[in-house]
Amino acid sequence: MSESNGTVRIGVYVCHCGTNIAGIVDVKALTHYAAGLPNVAVSRDYKYMCSDPGQDLIRQDIRDQHLNRIVVASCSPHLHEATFRNATRAGGLNPFFVQMVNIREHDSWVHTNHAEATLKALDMVRAAVRRVAHHEALEKARVSIRPEALVVGGGIAGIHAALTMANAGKHVYLVEREPTIGGHMAQFDKTFPTLDCSACILTPKMSAVKNHPNITLWTYSDVTAIEGYVGNYNVTITRRPRYVREDLCVGCLECLEGCVYKQAKVPDEFNMGLSKRRPIYIPFPQAVPQTPVIDPETCIQFKSGKCKKTCIEVCGDRHAIDLYMEPRTEHIEVGTVVLATGFQTYDARRSPYYGYGTYPNVYTALEIERLVNASGPTGGEVVLRTGGHPKSVGIIHCVGSRDENTNRWCSRVCCMYSLKLAHLLKEHTGAEVFNFYIDMRTPGKGFEEFYQKLLSERVHFIRGRVAEVTDASLHSSEEGRLVIRVEDTLAGFVRRIPVDMVVLATGLEPRADAQEVRRLFNITCSNEGFFLERHPKLAPVQTFTDGIFLAGCCQGPKDIPDTVAQAGAAAAEALALMDAGCVETEPNTAYVMEEACCGCKTCISVCPYHAISFVDEKQVSAINPVLCKGCGTCVAACPSATIRQHLFEDEQIFAEIEGILEYA
Amino acid sequence: MAAYCYYPGCSLRGTGIAYEESLLAVFKLLHLPIEELRDWNCCGATSYMSIDEGSACVLSARNLALARQLHYRDIVAPCSACYLVLRKTQDYVQRYPRIGRRVEESLGAGRLHVLNEVRVRHPLEVLHTDVGLAKIKARVLRQWPGGKVACYYGCQMVRPYADGDPDHNPVRMDELMHAAGVSTVDFPLKTRCCGGTLTGTMPPVGIRLNEILLAEAHHRGAEAMVTVCPLCQYNLDAYQSELRHRSKTFAEMPVFFFTQVLGWALGGDPARLGLKRAISGRRQIAQWFPKQRAEAAAHV
Amino acid sequence: MERRLKLQKEAEPEWARRISEHPGCEGIFSCLQCGACSGTCPLSIYMDFGPRRIIALVREGFRTAALSSETIWLCASCYACAVHCPRQIHVTDIMYTLKREAIEAKLYPRRLPIPVLAQEFYRAVRSRGKNAEFWVVLRMAVKSNPLILLSMIHTGWALLRTGRLSLHSEHADGIAEIKRYLDMREVA
Repeated sequence: MSESNGTVRIGVYVCHCGTNIAGIVDVKALTHYAAGLPNVAVSRDYKYMCSDPGQDLIRQDIRDQHLNRIVVASCSPHLHEATFRNATRAGGLNPFFVQMVNIREHDSWVHTNHAEATLKALDMVRAAVRRVAHHEALEKARVSIRPEALVVGGGIAGIHAALTMANAGKHVYLVEREPTIGGHMAQFDKTFPTLDCSACILTPKMSAVKNHPNITLWTYSDVTAIEGYVGNYNVTITRRPRYVREDLCVGCLECLEGCVYKQAKVPDEFNMGLSKRRPIYIPFPQAVPQTPVIDPETCIQFKSGKCKKTCIEVCGDRHAIDLYMEPRTEHIEVGTVVLATGFQTYDARRSPYYGYGTYPNVYTALEIERLVNASGPTGGEVVLRTGGHPKSVGIIHCVGSRDENTNRWCSRVCCMYSLKLAHLLKEHTGAEVFNFYIDMRTPGKGFEEFYQKLLSERVHFIRGRVAEVTDASLHSSEEGRLVIRVEDTLAGFVRRIPVDMVVLATGLEPRADAQEVRRLFNITCSNEGFFLERHPKLAPVQTFTDGIFLAGCCQGPKDIPDTVAQAGAAAAEALALMDAGCVETEPNTAYVMEEACCGCKTCISVCPYHAISFVDEKQVSAINPVLCKGCGTCVAACPSATIRQHLFEDEQIFAEIEGILEYA
Repeated sequence: MAAYCYYPGCSLRGTGIAYEESLLAVFKLLHLPIEELRDWNCCGATSYMSIDEGSACVLSARNLALARQLHYRDIVAPCSACYLVLRKTQDYVQRYPRIGRRVEESLGAGRLHVLNEVRVRHPLEVLHTDVGLAKIKARVLRQWPGGKVACYYGCQMVRPYADGDPDHNPVRMDELMHAAGVSTVDFPLKTRCCGGTLTGTMPPVGIRLNEILLAEAHHRGAEAMVTVCPLCQYNLDAYQSELRHRSKTFAEMPVFFFTQVLGWALGGDPARLGLKRAISGRRQIAQWFPKQRAEAAAHV
Repeated sequence: MERRLKLQKEAEPEWARRISEHPGCEGIFSCLQCGACSGTCPLSIYMDFGPRRIIALVREGFRTAALSSETIWLCASCYACAVHCPRQIHVTDIMYTLKREAIEAKLYPRRLPIPVLAQEFYRAVRSRGKNAEFWVVLRMAVKSNPLILLSMIHTGWALLRTGRLSLHSEHADGIAEIKRYLDMREVA
């Protein structure tokens, strides 16, 4: 490969990007101008520089014109830096002799004045031409990738990702916070639009996780620390004591009956508080693992130490119950991580005008899922909290969605699950069902057909955001019932509709601890608080941290088919990395010029990636190039200016600034 | 302690005179210094805002500037409309440069910022926050002779400048009533609009809105309503005989200002609480506050 | 039979844009037409359009229909719509803006007492610095619908009897200064 030695000969390539750039910036004038800049040997423009013929221009010119520096004026380096580096390498030049100028996002897309946009492009290209002269040849480092994976979260996303990677022969650690895997999907009754039973399709996959030789399942556990870098993550997991030993318990569940509490008294989380459980419990019959858990908050023994401990008695010589169990810490090393931490539903109390928590017969959608479920708290009989069966039901859409006062995004699944619940409630009770919606959104396979089906079932669809649910009646027909006040925007008047049951279609939002998880795994969140993918279209399951992937609703609201598809994609991306066995890292890292380092350690405290350590024998800082992300914080912080950074050397930056400031 | 600046607004000198009487009595009973803003002018209310927004803000800005000039920290506006317009003016001069320029032109250059140095307060919030429930509870001298009350907050005090009380379900008045030993009913229409001036301009519409409020209060077991705004009190109070004539089931009830109830509980002179200015529920008032009993009130 | 058809040439999009620049009217173009405003409004059941449809008319530029509506005058400024709107649109302030436009364009419904009251109130405050409840209401009734007076006799007497009606019209001490303030025209 030719190196920087000898005379600098620069090739400048101006991209039209169709009309994206050429529509605003005068690309011909820019090309002509660049040709006259110092050291520029070739200057060309082309319709699409990123296309094969465009790249060929660069390759050819490097050989024919003996170019040793390349400037491409086109789009964001995020998009095509790799493309042009590869083209440069193919031409026989070290790929880091390329400098990109972003005249699309930074210029043509954000300006309307042709002349001024063109002048800006001239400035930017001039700066790049000055800068690239100081570039040096750099080599990428290679990092090996361990073949084990960590999956965080045991809902359908985590289950699917774990099974996919385990089936490909990789060892997977699946960590779940709750006592069982299954997530929200285990709570659902049927799934839209096919109405197949949620548990029937989920529980086989849960069992498969439990029985898979390549999966280590830790429930009731949290990831408490993660260190390292792509391919080599050291993870610490804390396993909370469930006071029943998984290795000894056979899942007979006799201890539940044996509990001194003859009556269950604690609100059952799995049934959304619609039923009660004992202090020793299993979340639901098909839970995985089939091991009960003791809740120390409500267990008499933990509270007072004065329980007869009948649970231990009935467990007998199996000795599975261990009230002295301590938290356990596990340390594992993995190459990749899939985050599938899911969502939480909007707290309907935040919309007080709908009366949740005030009127007993106002329910959330998740409560109704349990209520209509055959293995739910009422065995599938829809009984109101005040007793009796509803004769009419109102389902209010967009509760905690599409609302600047709460959550501004559309939660994507509520229209469809409201249709499903409308169908199920009508089927179970024969009630008149009213849907109150702002816009019906049914854009999935078979979804529109399901909407049609509901229309033909004579479910009412009233377009209007409900103003309030009240028990203040204006007429005898409303007395003792809940009245929904809404503008029927299609009929054009305000209506008061008395119902016996109100269902709030609560939206999906990031988990309360999403920010903590974000910091732990060093990834980013969108404005809404969902984990941010690296690119919304082209890297939807990657994060900005290499080796960490996203699956399911932690990245944004989505339904089960989309969640499973995304979990498969995340598993495939992780597998691709692990199967490759190694990865190249960007060489734009910082480095310490040891002879000038004063050993003040300022850099160590500012590094967000824990990439800098102190070498005691030499009394200097050292930067691990694999961990360094090239953020430049230490470079700026170093008081003796002894830390420098590849691709951001002082000469390069100053040359660029001078280029910008030198008016043509 | 710096005195509160009292901004009566036009209604407290007319239909809401009982509000002024009882408010000043309560402040006196609690030893809260309060002085009327010298040379105040009308806030402009909703009507002025409907004709000329910039000038409407000038009107309120003048009151705020006067209060600031006299070194008051808090301006107390008992009328919900006054409260809202003063708050809105403070908001608008900051948020909208055009309004700010219009106001500054009248007040004089560089005086815009002083408007937001005065805090606009509603007496409900002053008594609830500055005095506090415990102190009021400790000073209660009389037992409430009437039955349960429905606390009616109306609209413009809670929306859109609620000052900490949740706009859908404000509770400060209820809590003050409880502190004064008065039971309240759960009243879901507590922030539903009384219609404002519609009782005068569109009587059937305005009166119907108040009928709904009164009927619901009665249905919930209230024997009286308690208000924080002169217009709400007037609307609820003034048309009950008409409603009674129209419907046999309509139950007339007194409509108090919250300061009248507090004034009574704190041992104020009943003659100075404006209780006799009620139009409706005079029978109950006479029964609950008979002359002789008022003098020898059952001291708790 | 009324023929209901709007030709696009009747729309005044430039007017809609101008309205959106008034304080509080920024949100008209982000309206979802969900109807939360009309559903919450205690008066929409008496209105010819209701707030939701007024916003639809305004943003499509149907100026005459919006400005001659009764809806904007029936708004009692209770702000229920504004706190409820999922797009945080200041619906009440939009109503105020339209009221002012309607008065300026003389498009307000002439027989409706509400705009008359607003103008009488405005005049009273301009000339005295304070409102005189009795005289303002009397003038409003005489100018719009004298029949209202009949229904007021009873209430008026009750107020007079309880000392709540002042026939005297007070004025602010600083009225000269106030007038000077109010007469200043807005600088561009």
